[in-house]
Amino acid sequence: MSVLVNKSSRVLVQGFTGTEGTFHATQMIEYGTNVVGGVTPNKGGTTHLDKPVFNTVADAVKATQANVSIIFVPPAFAADAIMEAAEAGIELVICITEGIPVQDMVKVKNYLQGSKTRLIGPNCPGVITAGEAKIGIMPGFIFKPGKIGIVSKSGTLTYEAADQIVKAGLGISTAIGIGGDPIIGTPTVEAVKLLMNDPETEGIVMIGEIGGSMEADAARWIKENAKKPVVGFIAGQTAPAGRRMGHAGAIIGGAEDTAAAKMKIMSECGIHVVASPADIGKTMAAALKK
Amino acid sequence: MNLHEFQAKELLKKYNVPVQDGIAVDNVMAAEEAYRQIKTQTNNNFAVIKAQIHAGGRGKGKIVGTEQRGVAVAKNAEDAANIAKNILGGTLVTVQTGPAGKKVNKIFVAQDVYYPGPNPVKEFYLSILLDRAKGQNVIMYSTEGGVDIEEVAHKTPEKIFKEWVHPSGGLLPFQARKIAFNFGLTGEAFKNCVKFVTNLYNAYLGLECSMLEINPLFKTSDDKIIAVDCKMNLDDNALMRHSDLAALRDITEEDPTEVEAGQYNLNFVKLDGNVGCMVNGAGLAMATMDMIKLSGGEPANFLDVGGTANAQTVEAGFKIIMKDPNVKAILINIFGGIVRCDRVAAGVIEAYNKLGNINIPIIVRLQGTNAAEAKKLIDESGLKVQSAIELSEAADLVKKAVA
Repeated sequence: MSVLVNKSSRVLVQGFTGTEGTFHATQMIEYGTNVVGGVTPNKGGTTHLDKPVFNTVADAVKATQANVSIIFVPPAFAADAIMEAAEAGIELVICITEGIPVQDMVKVKNYLQGSKTRLIGPNCPGVITAGEAKIGIMPGFIFKPGKIGIVSKSGTLTYEAADQIVKAGLGISTAIGIGGDPIIGTPTVEAVKLLMNDPETEGIVMIGEIGGSMEADAARWIKENAKKPVVGFIAGQTAPAGRRMGHAGAIIGGAEDTAAAKMKIMSECGIHVVASPADIGKTMAAALKK
Repeated sequence: MNLHEFQAKELLKKYNVPVQDGIAVDNVMAAEEAYRQIKTQTNNNFAVIKAQIHAGGRGKGKIVGTEQRGVAVAKNAEDAANIAKNILGGTLVTVQTGPAGKKVNKIFVAQDVYYPGPNPVKEFYLSILLDRAKGQNVIMYSTEGGVDIEEVAHKTPEKIFKEWVHPSGGLLPFQARKIAFNFGLTGEAFKNCVKFVTNLYNAYLGLECSMLEINPLFKTSDDKIIAVDCKMNLDDNALMRHSDLAALRDITEEDPTEVEAGQYNLNFVKLDGNVGCMVNGAGLAMATMDMIKLSGGEPANFLDVGGTANAQTVEAGFKIIMKDPNVKAILINIFGGIVRCDRVAAGVIEAYNKLGNINIPIIVRLQGTNAAEAKKLIDESGLKVQSAIELSEAADLVKKAVA
């Protein structure tokens, strides 16, 4: 068991023939992910990496029964790519693209209301179910199979957490990179819910950042519904207010979205909050023993 | 990207949003001339001179070493010249600039909007921004204008109103009317306010702002509705389709090291601490800063070198960090996934040798693909570089370096 993606996920790559798409599709195929084809407008009918290329997502779904899509389309066209995938009935859309204008995402969020499509990202490393499917840009070898789920706004910090978890002898079930933008498809609380309801996941690592209220929302839900330990870390305890720290969403707007405020709410809601990113693995190991 | 008041007002005029108009100048003679023009235009002896910096609180702020405020009223041309002389080239310190203040390169000579007339004047507050949780734009407004809105929100939250704009319908006429009613406006002022809010929202969308704040939104004595001050932030991600707006960037308002880092495609934010850091990934970079603090140091910067940490980026990173004399140690923290650690290590060694005169402790933590090979390369390089693989080891090394 796992969440969102597994061996039977049939994956389509949007922006397949571009540099990023080609590089990461190759890596995903090597990992064992079932990539069934790709989409690049005006290159339909050709093949790339021995997989068929289609002009539209709808054509690709018809021919391959793809149910997951991963997007490597440049920022100016990424919102369109997400909506095209949703319209074609793709159940899970994972958008890696960084730098999508926020008003484009307002449109996307509205477009997806009431649709059966779940969006992960944008500006995220993707989703990996260890040993089954890697649909993203993360280094697969770090994620050894096991029983800990990860939800994270950040890429390399997810790798860091996964590495510590694996070295603590625990291993990863599914790691979900939800993305660092102000508007994302799947907020922290929804990703945590998925892992909380996954019988194979025994503990959850939740990694947040300054900015917004997603971690506080998740913490309140966890307080009422926790069935397994949650270890939390918020990056940006030393970040100055009003400055964007790399990610478009990582900016302190007021007293409530500082790292300190989020860590306080998380602690109050029973989450094992670590101040140092070096303590994620050992804290989870200790929490599981309790 | 932040804009100056005078730039924002020019843009608003294109969307038929009435503003307190004026002329931006950078020298005393031009200021006098601007005063004369404004006087003729308005048939009023009073004009307002406003320092143009990327920070609020200018009216209460003072130019360093003087009693000159950042916003002042000129009664005649001589007055205008004196105020201009006091402000231009001075450093303005406000509650938002921090104690270092900001150098003023331009002033805006503007109309006086408090002219007498048949009705009382009123000041309101209105801003448009993104509600991240809802994924919608929201108009936030209050009858308490011209004051610090955060204080209003804190002390009298009932005086703050919000109007969410649904993305499919856009701002609807009834919503604009509701705002004008809540301001307590009637007659011509009401009609003008509905138009103002509608046009302002169009400007927000058209310019792809991330925040647009009008404080005060002003009702004149003859019932016009105008923007007296305007704070406009543009969505950096949208600038690719607005080259005209991208050209409005004023780099003199930014930290010079940050500007230089941008030229190397490095994501850099200058801070006040003593331990520099260079990291791949924004989240890990923030986490590394936090770890420096927990180890007894203070982060000197945020620096995300991105996915390709090679010799060039590492060299550029070293150069940028070492411009800061407060830096007593540098921590390089790279989690190699797709990028191999041994290649990063080779890059660090190459950059170190090329720069030659690094005489502060360098701690390199390389984890991930080929981490062991990377550590070996660093350890055998003969350089005064300390290496680590685990994050906790790196933290201990920082602790020793700052002790």
